[in-house]
Amino acid sequence: MMAISTHNHRSNPWPGRLSALLPLGLLVGLVFQAPRIQSGRPLALAFEWVPGLNVHFALLLDGVGLLFALIITAIGLLVTIYADAYMVGHPQRNRFFLYLHAFLLSMLGLVLSNDLILLFVFWELTSLFSFLLIGFEHASAQARNSARQALLVTGCGGLLLLVGFLMVGQVTGTYALSELPGHAAQLHRHSLYLSILMCMLAGAFTKSAQFPFHFWLPNAMAAPTPISAFLHSATMVKAGIYLLARLHPVLGGTPVWMTTLVLLGAFTALWGAAVSIARTELKSILAQTTIMALGIMTMFLGGRSAPALTAAMTFLLVHSLYKSALFMVAGAIDHQTGTREIEKIGGLARFMPFTAAATLFATLSMAGFPLFIGFIGKEIMYKGALTEDVFPGLAAGATLVSNALMTAVAATLVLRPFWGQPRKVHPSGEAPWQMWIGPLLIGGTCLGFGLIPDWVGHWLVEPAVRAIHVTPVDVELKLFYGFNTPLLLSMITILMGGSFYVFRRWLRRRLSQLLPALPITTEGLYEGLVAAVISFAKWQTRRLQNGSLFQYLVVIIGATVVSVGWVFLGSAPLSALWNPPEFPGWLGLLLIAMLMAIGIVVQARSRVLAICGLGVIGAGAAILFLVFGAPDVGLTQILVETLTLIIVAIVLLRLPPIEPQPDANRLQHTLRLTLSIGSGVLVSAFLIAVTQHDVDRTITTFYEQASYIQAHGRNIVNVILVDFRSLDTLGEITVVAVSALAARALIRKKRSAP
Amino acid sequence: METVLAIVCGCLVAGGIYLLLSQNLVRMLFGLIMLSNAVNLAIFVAGGLTHTQPALIAAGDSVPGASMANALPQALVLTAIVIGFALLVFMFVLFYRSYEVLGTTDTRRMPEDGPARAYPSQNTTTRQEMGP
Repeated sequence: MMAISTHNHRSNPWPGRLSALLPLGLLVGLVFQAPRIQSGRPLALAFEWVPGLNVHFALLLDGVGLLFALIITAIGLLVTIYADAYMVGHPQRNRFFLYLHAFLLSMLGLVLSNDLILLFVFWELTSLFSFLLIGFEHASAQARNSARQALLVTGCGGLLLLVGFLMVGQVTGTYALSELPGHAAQLHRHSLYLSILMCMLAGAFTKSAQFPFHFWLPNAMAAPTPISAFLHSATMVKAGIYLLARLHPVLGGTPVWMTTLVLLGAFTALWGAAVSIARTELKSILAQTTIMALGIMTMFLGGRSAPALTAAMTFLLVHSLYKSALFMVAGAIDHQTGTREIEKIGGLARFMPFTAAATLFATLSMAGFPLFIGFIGKEIMYKGALTEDVFPGLAAGATLVSNALMTAVAATLVLRPFWGQPRKVHPSGEAPWQMWIGPLLIGGTCLGFGLIPDWVGHWLVEPAVRAIHVTPVDVELKLFYGFNTPLLLSMITILMGGSFYVFRRWLRRRLSQLLPALPITTEGLYEGLVAAVISFAKWQTRRLQNGSLFQYLVVIIGATVVSVGWVFLGSAPLSALWNPPEFPGWLGLLLIAMLMAIGIVVQARSRVLAICGLGVIGAGAAILFLVFGAPDVGLTQILVETLTLIIVAIVLLRLPPIEPQPDANRLQHTLRLTLSIGSGVLVSAFLIAVTQHDVDRTITTFYEQASYIQAHGRNIVNVILVDFRSLDTLGEITVVAVSALAARALIRKKRSAP
Repeated sequence: METVLAIVCGCLVAGGIYLLLSQNLVRMLFGLIMLSNAVNLAIFVAGGLTHTQPALIAAGDSVPGASMANALPQALVLTAIVIGFALLVFMFVLFYRSYEVLGTTDTRRMPEDGPARAYPSQNTTTRQEMGP
């Protein structure tokens, strides 16, 4: 049965193929909205969601949202087609497409939310689906660990983000993103500004793998390659960038914002670029360059000039294109050759011409050669870096070095695997068409966009920049801006990149020696923290759950007595409760008999004596019920007490005699006495306090009035049980039945045991 | 009146807890019975004992005339007695069964890793005791 169903999943690719219609439909729909967005009229949609908390299900499609949404749906479509071939024969193929499109919708929700709380919900959903997709090959321990690490890091950031959102809501009184820029001045002056900023940055930096949270992204490469192409290069890791862009007009422009973003962004970029040189495995290299790219974007969002923001948005588009294409290529190479080690493959171009062409286009854009969109991205980057408000020199320097390293990596990526002599591993031919059509289309787009930069600027970048810049700006993307500093820097980049490529082996050797020698890494700190939490949990479990029933009872009873006693006696001292009791003599006799019976049971050495004592207590209670106007309760009590004692007698016949069993030590005995006397005093004090006030008989009066008129019964207690509260009685009968069944099972098991 | 019954309840609770902490299954069983009685009595007392007429409507009347005992806590206690009984019976069987499997009524001497280790040695004696 299992085998048949698995086989069916394996052989039916159509659910996955048809699911490509979802991103296709969304993409077409979004394209039709572009003219409206370009003319500056955002599309808004809002329902009430939690009106009591001022939370709305509000969506808004504006310039930034459109840019992100187009990237998400377009690359989502190509990745779906790609995965149709990549996941062929995988037993959980349909589940893969389900997760993929659930992620796609969450990511779309994230970039379209106009409500901070809604944005948070989608934010966490993307983390969740990322977790499921990284751990998709759940049989592998490495995939599971990476998934958990990514979830913990991005999840913790997400929680801090929620705190930040709530503080923004407290300060401004609104969760609507589109209204927040109007409150910017108020937020900047507020004493919570720094806390809000830190929470937001924690969310954005964990999600977008900025230093010191960058370590989860390379590990996330345990995911299937289509996922790396989609989530971990083009979309999810850009969510942090999206958030920073969105918050730019709200929280941005202050010295602390600019300093933090520029410094951490620049460091992350240099770090990612340097480490990528040291790697030889394709996906690992690409992951490190993604970290570098995210660093660059963060750095530019630290600026407030129009060129800096334009650079961030343009590079966002440029990077999403070339990086998703290169990931898909890496998957295709893996698929055809069985390895992703760059030193093991060579000369693939003659076997895989389409993949080679796609790689060539994508890497030329990555390296920033003229005629490609990457070149325009780089020009605008240098222009942006030079207009940063803080550290323009550092920004320009970091951009220059990172870009040069990028050029060298790009050269490595296209020259090593595809040109030169074939190496150890030979491919089995060109990849299936689904696996090269996407990269080739994207590679073509890199070239096409590079040829019509003003069109790209007009339709894609300008609306996005306008949405996040305080004042209206015009964006002009051009192929050639004239002979100026950015052009000079571009030329230097290519020259530097070339020399880095020539010396890449030497660089790699030096870096591979240097990196493991680092005394402290943030991943090490993270692992240490997780290990510390786990060992603390183990320690406290050993302490608390040590198997001693006595200790459990002491903790439970002690906590109750101390906490309740603390609150209760703090408000009403014992002396205030005391009034001399008045009672008739016969009652006194009964009570003395009961107290003696308690003493007998507590001290009993003989089982028969103890049962007699219990009988006196039970009968005494029954008499009290009878005397104080509860004949039904009294009768039930006598019946149940008799049954209980009969069963106790039967059970005791099978248990050994009660041996004197002294407490292990003085402390144990003191604890026993203290806790029992303490709880007794507490119960007495409670009851006295309760009975000192008149009982509210509203509900009782209702039952008294309605008993005969509505339920036609003269015994009010009985009417309550079988009529007004009959469901409670049904529950009671159920408890009796379940308990009887459980008791029966316990005895039965013994008899049938071998 | 209520004060003195409240003190009796307190004594029942104190005795019950004292026995519950005794680390001997038989004494713990007695403690549970006492606690069960204490709780039922406490609910009853909390409802007030000023009126002692049973909550009944006289024949011919459609609403009760004179003031009478509080019917609501009585209904609650009735339910509590039965549920308490059910739970006690289950506890008795559980205690009996754990003595059979673990071979002791002293909770300190029960093996920490459960019956897996204790079962084989106990099993033979149990079967002999029960007979065919």
